Amino acid sequence: MRPEPAFEAPWHAQLFALTVHLNETGVFAWPDWATRFGATLKRRGLEKDLNGGDDYFEAWLETLEALLTETGATEAAALAEMRAAWKAAYLRTPHGQPVTIKA
Amino acid sequence: MPHDHSDHDHPHSLLPPDPALRVKALETILTQKGLVDAAALDEIIDTYENRIGPRNGAQVVARAWADPEFKAALLADADPVLAELGFYGRQGEHMVVVENTDAVHNMVVCTLCSCYPWPLLGIPPGWYKSDAYRARAVREPRKVLADFGVTLPADCAVRVWDSTAEVRYLVLPQRPVGTEGLDEAALMDLVSRDSMIGCGLAGPQ
Repeated sequence: MRPEPAFEAPWHAQLFALTVHLNETGVFAWPDWATRFGATLKRRGLEKDLNGGDDYFEAWLETLEALLTETGATEAAALAEMRAAWKAAYLRTPHGQPVTIKA
Repeated sequence: MPHDHSDHDHPHSLLPPDPALRVKALETILTQKGLVDAAALDEIIDTYENRIGPRNGAQVVARAWADPEFKAALLADADPVLAELGFYGRQGEHMVVVENTDAVHNMVVCTLCSCYPWPLLGIPPGWYKSDAYRARAVREPRKVLADFGVTLPADCAVRVWDSTAEVRYLVLPQRPVGTEGLDEAALMDLVSRDSMIGCGLAGPQ
């Protein structure tokens, strides 16, 4: 019996690990995280039934971004800028080559 | 030589979905600030993808079936028993083990988000995190069980336990009849992940 993969997509795993790591290094407490995450899920679940896959981790990501912005660990503008830098890096990197934001 | 891309050649790398780019952005910024260690992230992912999963929980269940003293200790106060087996830490800080009997069937949900005993069961499956399960497990547990193919006798009560960030539950399923004399490894094979969430029964998988 082959177990199901723990994570459906690599970014789910990255996001999960990032959150666990930040909790363990004391950036936030887990009960605080669970309360915030629960609130995001509830709000998003009002619009449509969440299936527990991508939409679940999108809610997770939104919660983490908001938490880290609120605590001053990062800023919304910096996140948007870095996201754009990564996008540009993927678009300019030839297929099959490692993608890096250091041009 | 044609290659595998069905539609067209990708002149550049395949662009990941937007959330993946946002995760990368977060990780990069936090790494630059010294808040994140990339090796620690890899270690966490490897742990949950390859090392921790429902086999841990199955070992606990199999031992409880075989050893009455172990079972009594587990049901009375699970934490020290699990700590001794090395199944503790992250999201397993306070565990409560609930036993299924002829009179009561236990089921676990997290209505808040998806609290789950990671050290014993690994990462929860998609359905555990879905709104459908989280809402219906409390409202109509017997129907949910029926969807999982589990039909209980009418005189068996269903008890639903709502996990929190502080307390997580593991269901101790009933030992299947006719399994006397099986060793721990053989018993473990009878214990599915779903049976330890209370959405299945133990038995040949």
